[in-house]
Amino acid sequence: MTMGIASIVFILLVGAASWLFGRNIMRVRRNILLGKDEVINDRKGERWGVMTRVALGQSKMVVRPVAGILHIIVYAGFVIINIEVLEIIIDGIFGTHRVLSFLGPLYDFLIGSFEWLAIGVWVACAIFLVRRNIIKLKRFAMKELDGWPKTDANLILFTEIALMTAFLLMNAADWSLQQRGVEHYVAAGAYPVSAHIASLTSFSALSTGTLIAIERICWWFHIIGILAFLNYLVVSKHLHILLAFPNVWYSKLKPRTEMANMPRIAGEVKSMMDPSVPPPELPAPHVVAGVEMTERFGAKDVFDLSWKSLMDAYSCTECGRCTSECPANLTGKLLSPRKIMMDTRDRVAEVGKVIDAKGKWEDDGKSLHTRISEEELWACTTCNACTQACPVNIDPVNIILEMRRYLVMEESRTRPALTSMFNNVENNGAPWAFGPDKRMEWTNA
Amino acid sequence: MSQPLTIRTMAEFAAAGEVPEVLFWVGCAGSFDDRAKKITKAFVRILNAANVKFAILGQEESCTGDPARRAGNEFLFQMQALTNVTVLNGYGVKRIVTACPHCFNTLKNEYPALGGTYEVLHHTQFINALMKEGRIKVEGGSFAGKRITFHDPCYLGRGNGEYEAPREVLLKLDAALVEMKRSRAKGLCCGAGGAQMFKEAEPGTREVNTERSEEALAEQPAVIAAGCPFCNTMLTDGVKHFNKEGEVRVKDIAELVAEAGDL
Repeated sequence: MTMGIASIVFILLVGAASWLFGRNIMRVRRNILLGKDEVINDRKGERWGVMTRVALGQSKMVVRPVAGILHIIVYAGFVIINIEVLEIIIDGIFGTHRVLSFLGPLYDFLIGSFEWLAIGVWVACAIFLVRRNIIKLKRFAMKELDGWPKTDANLILFTEIALMTAFLLMNAADWSLQQRGVEHYVAAGAYPVSAHIASLTSFSALSTGTLIAIERICWWFHIIGILAFLNYLVVSKHLHILLAFPNVWYSKLKPRTEMANMPRIAGEVKSMMDPSVPPPELPAPHVVAGVEMTERFGAKDVFDLSWKSLMDAYSCTECGRCTSECPANLTGKLLSPRKIMMDTRDRVAEVGKVIDAKGKWEDDGKSLHTRISEEELWACTTCNACTQACPVNIDPVNIILEMRRYLVMEESRTRPALTSMFNNVENNGAPWAFGPDKRMEWTNA
Repeated sequence: MSQPLTIRTMAEFAAAGEVPEVLFWVGCAGSFDDRAKKITKAFVRILNAANVKFAILGQEESCTGDPARRAGNEFLFQMQALTNVTVLNGYGVKRIVTACPHCFNTLKNEYPALGGTYEVLHHTQFINALMKEGRIKVEGGSFAGKRITFHDPCYLGRGNGEYEAPREVLLKLDAALVEMKRSRAKGLCCGAGGAQMFKEAEPGTREVNTERSEEALAEQPAVIAAGCPFCNTMLTDGVKHFNKEGEVRVKDIAELVAEAGDL
């Protein structure tokens, strides 16, 4: 009968956590779709290939071998240990214990592998904590991470360590109970790590009742922890574990330095150059949460960016590899590509909150430019070191260039020397003050 | 060196009813910047030596619009690009070579959306092909055994995935190619891209070209090889910053080939 109550509690917990997660993930989806439409469905075969290599295969992570290999351990651990969750859910619902143990030797192999991975994840997360908090690697000690981002990173690592600890202690207690032949604890599974933990912590000295308590507490802690973590994802940079895959699938396959065309401006210029060409048709209005957005050139706010840029922002886990290779940042300029992505995500989340509260979008007097300064935007050399470095193919350059387009075309804000360059190009067809008549002078001397 | 250069414009070819093998897009730096003009001439000497029937647009060439577009002025870019596409298509141009990776990127990747689709080559790719085909031979090169390090232009390397052609050319000069700590896909920018060339750098602790030149000088090269007129300027300034201009030369790949072959 107690099992019955536990089952009901368990089912309610899983149900509530799943419902909450579903609602919140749909909000993230809605927020991403606040961006402009962009059709990305070309070269599908290539996209699956890139996703397999870059996201599934972690090919860009291992460019930095230490972090890369540690990350692969955590990633493999996360994916594979979650097979265990399947068993936990079945056991939880039906009050069974180790329901998959009928798999025999395969079960032993699975549990054994989970244990090795669990200890691997534990150690990797501990090293990650040391890198962040004790060694203080430069990219983890930059000021854009002050406050919540730092806490977020540490919370994730501590939670993973806690989950792995609970998993291993649960197994250690289970193994000890199996050794004693306690009823309900079927002898199944291999415990290469937790058997050692059990002997190191002298579990044999504990009463059977205490061991059962440890096993049950760890079991509940592990599953509740996973459910809580699932819901934590949506307010955390850790969302990358889900979005990395679609984000890489949708990534830019064109040459990195190719800028997207603006057909409407091309149309207007064509019509200006040749009066027989009719002016371009206005695009369909961009409606956001019930409100028709002002059509503008470049990006003032998140609504003006492609949805892909907003997915980029939600996929960023703030590793800072982009910033650590950015020539502007390396030479002390204000620009940090990571901050561009964080600001974009924080802004879209802010907009999302307004929509949640009011049921529709109401201008809050802020924009992306409230968070990202002109000095940052004008520091970019468009060298694409950031897009090359990003393990999940995020593109900060696109956001920077779209924001420059807005500054120049909508606000006429630029750097003075660039105004001269524009004037020269317009009047002389060259960025300097040399007219076309001088263009062939080099052939003389 | 003393040979006069043979240069014909597209208009001259058209008037003579001839079609050139390739259009050499000189670019604004290559036309107006004193340092870059030397690169232009070196490349023309190579083309002449290889008997490549090439044309330039001359006064009909105009800025591709690259710096305007990167600086946010799409209207200006479109005006430049559409004018250029009209000129290029008017002459029926099929194949373009340019010594500027920024022109290269724009012509190759951004003009097709505006109706201008061409086969576009960077001059290091073109020179490499001429060497492979045996159309130019550089023997007993003066750079044999010399330490040369190549600085990857962002718009050629990361932008368009071409890392090998310039290196293959340098190896054909029997140079001792040394790589900088950050090279190929991880190569550090010179600081000029994204229209930075035409403005003051934003406030910082250091100039990007100083950072990059220091890295290049650490390899103790005789020559820092470049493949972009803007990188060339930035690195030349950087080498001067460290007072090394007496010992280390900054040279374009085309200049090295022309010099090695005494073209």
